Order: sequence, then C-alpha cells, then structure tokens
Amino acid sequence: MALNKICTLCLRQNSRELRILNNLINKRNHFVYTADAESPVKGETTKLNMFQAINNALDSALQSDESALVFGEDVAFGGVFRCTIGLQAKYGPGRVFNTPLCEQGIVGFAIGAANMGSTAIAEIQFADYIFPAFDQLVNEAAKMRYRSGGQFDCGKLTVRAPCGAVGHGALYHSQSPEAYFAHTPGLKIVVPRGPIKAKGLLLACVRDPDPCLILEPKALYRAAVEEVPVADFVLPIGKADVLLKGEQVTLIGWGTQVHVLLEVAHLAKTQFNASCEVIDLVSILPWDRNTVCQSVKKTKRVLIAHEAPLTGGFGAEVAATIQEECFLHLEAPVARVTGFDTPFPHVFEPFYLPDKWRCLDAIRNLLDY
Amino acid sequence: MATNKCLHLLRGRFRDQLRFCRHLTTQGPLFPGAQTTWTSDLTFVTASTYTPIPVYRVMDRKGAVIDATHEPPLPDTTLLKMYTDMRLLNTMDKILYESQRQGRISFYMTNFGEEAMHIGSAAALTAADVVYGQYREAGVLMWRGFTLQEFVDQCYGNRDDKGKGKQMPIHYGSKELNFVTISSPLGTQMPQAVGAAYALKGSGRVVICYYGDGAASEGDAHAAFNFAATLECPVILFCRNNGYAISTPVREQYRGDGIAARGPAYGVHTLRADGNDVLAMYNATKLAREYCVKEQKPVVIEAMGYRVGHHSTSDDSTAYRSQEEVDQWTSSDNPTVKFKTYLTNKGLWNEEKEKEFIKKARQDVMTAFVAGEKKPKPEWTECFEDVYKYMPEHIKQQMNQMKSHVEKYKEHYPVDEFA
Repeated sequence: MALNKICTLCLRQNSRELRILNNLINKRNHFVYTADAESPVKGETTKLNMFQAINNALDSALQSDESALVFGEDVAFGGVFRCTIGLQAKYGPGRVFNTPLCEQGIVGFAIGAANMGSTAIAEIQFADYIFPAFDQLVNEAAKMRYRSGGQFDCGKLTVRAPCGAVGHGALYHSQSPEAYFAHTPGLKIVVPRGPIKAKGLLLACVRDPDPCLILEPKALYRAAVEEVPVADFVLPIGKADVLLKGEQVTLIGWGTQVHVLLEVAHLAKTQFNASCEVIDLVSILPWDRNTVCQSVKKTKRVLIAHEAPLTGGFGAEVAATIQEECFLHLEAPVARVTGFDTPFPHVFEPFYLPDKWRCLDAIRNLLDY
Repeated sequence: MATNKCLHLLRGRFRDQLRFCRHLTTQGPLFPGAQTTWTSDLTFVTASTYTPIPVYRVMDRKGAVIDATHEPPLPDTTLLKMYTDMRLLNTMDKILYESQRQGRISFYMTNFGEEAMHIGSAAALTAADVVYGQYREAGVLMWRGFTLQEFVDQCYGNRDDKGKGKQMPIHYGSKELNFVTISSPLGTQMPQAVGAAYALKGSGRVVICYYGDGAASEGDAHAAFNFAATLECPVILFCRNNGYAISTPVREQYRGDGIAARGPAYGVHTLRADGNDVLAMYNATKLAREYCVKEQKPVVIEAMGYRVGHHSTSDDSTAYRSQEEVDQWTSSDNPTVKFKTYLTNKGLWNEEKEKEFIKKARQDVMTAFVAGEKKPKPEWTECFEDVYKYMPEHIKQQMNQMKSHVEKYKEHYPVDEFA
C-alpha cells in the first residue's frame, strides 16, 4: 500500500516523463490502436482510456443500482489495472471490497449474491487465473436457470477479467480463454476493442438478465484512448461491428486483434490493392452469424484471426459455420491465423502472435487461391 | 532523478511509518499475519494439542432428557409435526427407493439416519431463511411444506415438476419455499450460500447451507469458510457428518477433528452437536440463527450422525461396510426411535397413533406416486427453454431443426410420453 502511495504521488508529478515512456511502450506493441470513428450515442464525450472507461461504467452501475457490488482481489485500492479506482471511497466498503485470494470463492460468492437479486460484478485479476472458477461458471452459473426450471438464476452476475497479450505476459498473463467458455450454453461472452465498447458492453453485461463474462484485453487499458460518451449507455451483446467496408476479403477478429486487422486491411490496400472488410465479432456467445455470413457471401474470402491457440480456438467455430452457410459462395478455404498450439511464451512472443505479417500473407494466399 | 523525487515524497508523507519501524525491536511480534506472543520452545502443534470439540446433546441415546434446562419449550403441535415429518420422510423414502428398484424412477437417495438433522434444523429457521442444500436434505423441504406430489413429480420429471424435467430425481428446488435448486457438483453451493447471505445482510434473514463430510473436502468449502469469515456473512454452514462419502469413511476424508475444528481456524464461531438428537439440532440451529442475525457473522455447525441407508440407488454399501455396523446404529442410536420415546414419555404419542400415521402416510405417498407416474412429461421442446432468459436465434434454429426431424421420424422418438 505504501508503495502504491509513492507511485501515485510520483506519477502525478511526473506525467510528462510518463507520456514519453508510454509512447516508447506503444512503439513496442504489435498493434496500432485505431479509435472508433463515431460515438454510438449522441451527446457530450470525454477522452478516456479503456481502464478509465471501465471505471466510469462501474461507477454508473454502482450509482444507478443500489444493489450493485464490485469485488475481487485488490479492487479496494483501485485494482492492479486501476479499473476500480475511487469506487470504494465513493460507495463504501460494503459495496466495493476485496475478497480473499480465491477465484472459485469469488465466482461462487458472486453467484449467490446474484441469486438474491444483488447485481454482482466480480473481477478475476487475470483471465489466466479464471480456471479455479471454471466449475462455478460452467456447472453452476451457466446452468442455474435451466436446471431449476427458471425458479432460480444468476442473471445479475457479471465477471470481468483482463485477457490477452501484453508484450511480456508469457504463459500466465497473456491467455485468451474465450473458447473454453464459448462451449458453455447459458453464458454470454463479450470482448471490447476499446474504451467506448468497454463501457457500453460492461453496462450491457451488468444489466443483462443472464450471467456474462467480459474479457478485457489488457494491452488496451492504456493504449486505447477514445472520446467516450459521458452518458450512461449500453451496447448490444450478440451483434458484430463492421468497422471497415470492403469487397474482396473479410477479416474477422475481436479485442486487440481488431486493430491488427485494421492495419492489415490498410497494408493490403496499399501493397496489393485489395479491398478488405473488417469485422469485430464483439460477442463470442451468442455470436453474430448473420453479419459474418452476409459479409462472406459478398467477399467470398475470409480470414479469422485470434491470439488463442489454433486447435479448438473460437475461429474453428466461426470457420465451421461459414463453410456450412456460405459453402457455394467461397472462392477459397476459410483461413485462420492464430496463436500456435503451444502455451503462450515469453521471449518468443513476437513469433507467437497472429501479427500483421502473418495476416497479410494469409490474405495474399486467399487472393491467389 | 526519479529516485530522489521518490525519497523526497517518502520523507514528507511517511514519517509516522518510519517511526513505527523503530518499534520492531522493542515489543512482541508485530507481524501483520498473526496477533500472538513469542516462544523459545520449539514444539509441534498437533491434531491432539487441542481437545476434540465435544458433541452437544439434549437427549441420551434412549431419548431421555439429560438436562431439563436444555429442553426446548416447543408447543405440542410443533413437536408432533417434527416427529410425523420424520416418519413421513421415512415412508416416502422407502416407497420411492423401491420404485427405483422396480425401474419406475431412474434414481433415488434416501435420508435414513439423518431425519433429526433435517427436521431439527429446519424447525429452528423461518420460512424466509434461504436454504442451499447438497442432496440429502429432503426433510428440510418436507418441513417447509413441499408436498408429496411435488417430490414425486420431480422424481418423474413430469409436466408438473417445478424443475421442468431438466434434472435427475432428488434435485429438488422451490422458489416459494426458499430452497435453492440442488445441483450435483458437490460443495458448489457453499460459496454461493455465503454470497447470498452477504446480499441479505441486514434483512433479518439468514442463509443455511448443508453439506456433507465429503463435500467439506472440496476447495469450495474452504472458500466458503474463508469468505464467510472475512466478509462477515449471516450464514449457517451446516455439515451433515454422517461418517461416509459414498464408500469413503471419514478416516480417509480427513485427519483433523472433523469439520468443527476448522471453523475456529477460519475465525468462525462453531458448534458441534448430536445429529441424531432432534432437540439438540433444534437448539444448535436456533442459537446459530440468533447469532447470525445479531452479529451478521457466520456459524459452522457440525451435526454428527450416521448414514443408515446406501449412498443412493446406485450404491450397495455392504460392499464397504458390515451389516452389523448399520444395524448397530439403527438399534442403539436411532433419531426417530429416540424422539418417539421422548414423545411417548410426554404422553403425546403411542403405538396406535404410530400405526395409524404410518398407514395414512403410505396411502398418501402411494396416491401421489400413482398420480405422478401417470402424468406426461413436459412438451419435449422444453429442453430448449431456459438456457437464457430469452431464447436466442441459434437455439431457436436448433429447436426448429429438431422439430422437423421429429416430425419426419416420429416413430423413433418417445413423443407419446410427452405433453
């Protein structure tokens, strides 16, 4: 705690140095962040990064709903990613509090609170550590409404977890576990690509009548900055976004990868005059088959990219559906550029990620097929 | 440059913490991790360092009250309801167990030996208190008013099953009776009960969570104890220690002094009581409830008992224990027999009433059974409902695909059994 006080004071007094540092860090990212072109709702906006937008959403949730609780490891002081800064001071330790270090406890506790009608917003510190809570999420949260004939549910449950590559996270600070949970009917899963989506999707999850999991790409917490609507707003779960319209190839991704794909689309245009359509899937469960298939039927070539390993990755589900629904439209096999079938390595990260060069190469192959 | 700035900030703002550091050499242990004293004696603390927690009881094994001041002043109607519910539970268990043997329901679990745990604890709670169970708490439901028909309908998964045919038998649940639907994974209900209690803080309601000696080994049990303590939740963590987890005896389940010894280790007030003594169960649960409401903190109750029946219809316990052992418990320390003795001594019960009651109980169970067996299952498309609050497109599509398939291949599907 003392260390954090020093850091906070230090940070405040050294913002200029920090900005320079941040820029250096950004140059080391495998992606270039592209802010959303327009705001989804009218009205006043304010410049926020993704953790600030999440903080803002949590504030709104706590403000508008007396039953709302925010808890998890280290949330009281502000959270290891600063998503919960200021919330305990504002809403009190009865509503914003630390739990013991126990993910199965955090999610089990959250389910019970949700059963009684409390809006339970649980934080898992890193998605890599969500697995002790797998039983509670998959066997309990997802199935509670179904197995009780609708008598009981934990619709008021939202679980947040930072996910994805961050440059140096290695095996246990970089994982994208969406595929494990996508295989669980009864859950909803979303992945924001930036601050606006993070705020809108988090509020949507909090207010959704089903248990939701929001995986927040940690690499975007600071790197993603946007003009975020000040008002309280929700964005639809289950709806993909077409970020860039194109004619020849459909590029599908979620989270950080969306920004890689936007850059790839630009490179494809400048390097070999290919027009790419970029889709942010946004929602893993339920996922927007209609938007994807509509696009693929138009372009006839598709690349799916995700950081998670290839085998059993969510790209496989999207690919299987595309070939089922769009078979006769396809001019080339569905391509997937993903993390390899290895655990997520440390120093080898530049070789592991589905970077823009691998994606660009895959597009060339699709066009040349 | 950064270091100098940091040091400057340190000196300015953290003078008090620096002063505190100098005290480390002058007092007892100041470690944040424990409030205790020093010792220069290096000796193990073992399982026998602490005396085993004694078992609280009101009656002796024969049903005689030991200390009259502990006899709960319950009205006769309550005492009789307690006993007759225990016997009705026995009757229902007998018939439904048999029905599984005959292939009429798919599965069943009996409650023999644990009647007092269920009824005694249930009687000490209010209807508004919330119950999270494991799977052997049918007596709690019965006490609260779950009807024989409702029990049977769930076992048959017919169209009147509150669970809509989704789960195996004995996975009961009732929103009206504040009994959260049972799920098969063991111990998962424990941290959920703690969270539920947190949400109910200040409401005057408590949560009771039942779990067995085996389930207490699950990580979720540890999580529940710790969260209940640190987050101060009004929850009664009620362990039914019946000596077995299927075939695993307690010696292979734990080596400490049962589950009760763990309570204080987590900082939780704890009681250990005779699970075969319905009055002890009542008193313990009543005290626990009062404490929970007053202090808004948890209580661990360990009810010591014995599982007389098999684990379930899928189990033949003669494979791992002797019939003598079972008979010994049934004859020498039987919760229903000793309570019957207690009531008989009070002039509230006799053999004739017993005969009459059992006869009626059998009839009532059979009536519900026959009716339940006749009812159709829910509409088969029900299996696509309640995955989410509103059915999403992809599930709708799958349902429609299956509808077309069943239409075409009707003769291969048991459509006649469904509404």
